[in-house]
Amino acid sequence: MQGNHAIAEGAIYAGARFYAGYPITPSSEIAEECSRKLPKLGGVYIQMEDEIASIAAVIGASLAGAKSFTATSGPGFSLMQENLGLAVMGEVPCVVVDVQRAGPSTGLATRPAQSDIMQIRWGRHGDQSVIALCPSSVKECFTLTVTAFNFAERYRVPVVLMPDEIVGHMRENVEVPAPGELEVVDRKRPAGPPADYKPFKADEDGVAPLAAYGGEYVFHVSSSMHGLDGYSNNDPANAAWRVKQLHEKIDRHRDEIVLTKRFGTDDADVLLVTLGATTRSGRAAAIEARRQGVKAGVLQLQTVWPFPDREVAELGRRAKMIVVPEMNYSGQIAGEVRKAVGPDVDLRQVNRYNGTIITPQDILAVMLGAK
Amino acid sequence: MTTRSDHFEVILAGTGGQGLILSGILLAEAAILEGKNVVQTQSYGIASRGGLSLAEVIIDTEEIIFQQVQRPDCILALTEEATRKYEGWAAKGVPILYDSTLANARTAPNFTGYAFTQTASDLGNEMSVNILALGTVAAKTGVVRMETLEQMIRKRFKGTAVEMNLKVLAAGRDLTAR
Repeated sequence: MQGNHAIAEGAIYAGARFYAGYPITPSSEIAEECSRKLPKLGGVYIQMEDEIASIAAVIGASLAGAKSFTATSGPGFSLMQENLGLAVMGEVPCVVVDVQRAGPSTGLATRPAQSDIMQIRWGRHGDQSVIALCPSSVKECFTLTVTAFNFAERYRVPVVLMPDEIVGHMRENVEVPAPGELEVVDRKRPAGPPADYKPFKADEDGVAPLAAYGGEYVFHVSSSMHGLDGYSNNDPANAAWRVKQLHEKIDRHRDEIVLTKRFGTDDADVLLVTLGATTRSGRAAAIEARRQGVKAGVLQLQTVWPFPDREVAELGRRAKMIVVPEMNYSGQIAGEVRKAVGPDVDLRQVNRYNGTIITPQDILAVMLGAK
Repeated sequence: MTTRSDHFEVILAGTGGQGLILSGILLAEAAILEGKNVVQTQSYGIASRGGLSLAEVIIDTEEIIFQQVQRPDCILALTEEATRKYEGWAAKGVPILYDSTLANARTAPNFTGYAFTQTASDLGNEMSVNILALGTVAAKTGVVRMETLEQMIRKRFKGTAVEMNLKVLAAGRDLTAR
């Protein structure tokens, strides 16, 4: 199965029944698969006129009660930012898949990159937060898509799944989980009298139940600052509470949201911090390094946002050296790693930004080379 | 040449439109059917026809960690550009099967020229060169059984395309018997 197909299958497994998108390389296979499968399941596939309309349709469908998603790549993801901000502000559960290709702008359409990391975190104006997950295999394309929907539903937040082109287009043998094997989370629904329903009145877990448009619960969702009832509210105290709550509902569940995998990190003198396809380069490099007598281990960031700072700090401060391979020029992950471990750790970067893949040899050269 | 090994890497390279990524998928799926782990990746440009296009397939009985070919066991090159890109491997002992219809003749060790495009054309469909060459690669390396590939062709194609591709696959196999 191909990574992109696994994402579509994972979404369907998670209960997604609405897809609106505008096809773009290297994400188009997700749209293709949804166009074939969703109508047969009573779901909806719509090819929209552009990415702005796509994310708007996804938000509308989600508010009408459907688990909804879209898939795109850098150029389309840029167009989605404004409405993604609306989804954050309106606390609308949805999943956006950004199959990362090399930029800037339309860049290299068929080549991989990991250069949207900061855009995913900060692409919207205003002070807000999203969740982002990054698969490194076809199997993780499936399982992390299910997780993405679960987080979106549980925390009423947009979740970005961010495979790179390599993983999106890669084919591997996978066993598709049986129904019931993976947990599937549905959003909380209101239970009280419709007249009392307040769409932004959070429960103790920091998340408010969400009704569906078209039902007996009539409610208002606005991109402007609003109170518990969803209607405009310019009171500073209300604004402060809103902004805080949008962050806190993620921060307080941080340990459930932050997913990492460790490969040989227990005794690692050299820690590789990786995401997506470079995890595989890193693991191969670590195995070869151990063959040469250097104790290397890999910390894979399955969750990229919120950033796994504690996990990086815990392992990074024990290591003599940290190496961060990533397919971008600016070291978007390395910067976060530096923030987590402080200025004194020997932190080395392996960056590729020409649309080609970081090889284990690239990493070994930096790991084993002189400082 | 390797007939059975625990780890096998192949590069199928040519030009966009020849269908080599499909060859890679068929090879990978056949290996899955035979109980192996596989990773198949590809690289191509933005044009749907032309430009270097290639598929990589790794087959292993163990988990495949790095997804790209590091040390190919066999290279298929269907154009002069593709042959030139990979010809350095021949000196390192890697067999290169190249299309003598489209690429210049090579006489150095480990190069074997087959008139893939000409043969496919003679059989009535130049577009089937990908399946023809797949038959040759499979026969030459023994990495998957011919019957498994036939099974994949029956699954993948419909109608008259099944028989045509089975015929072409067999012709590809027979090229190695010369």
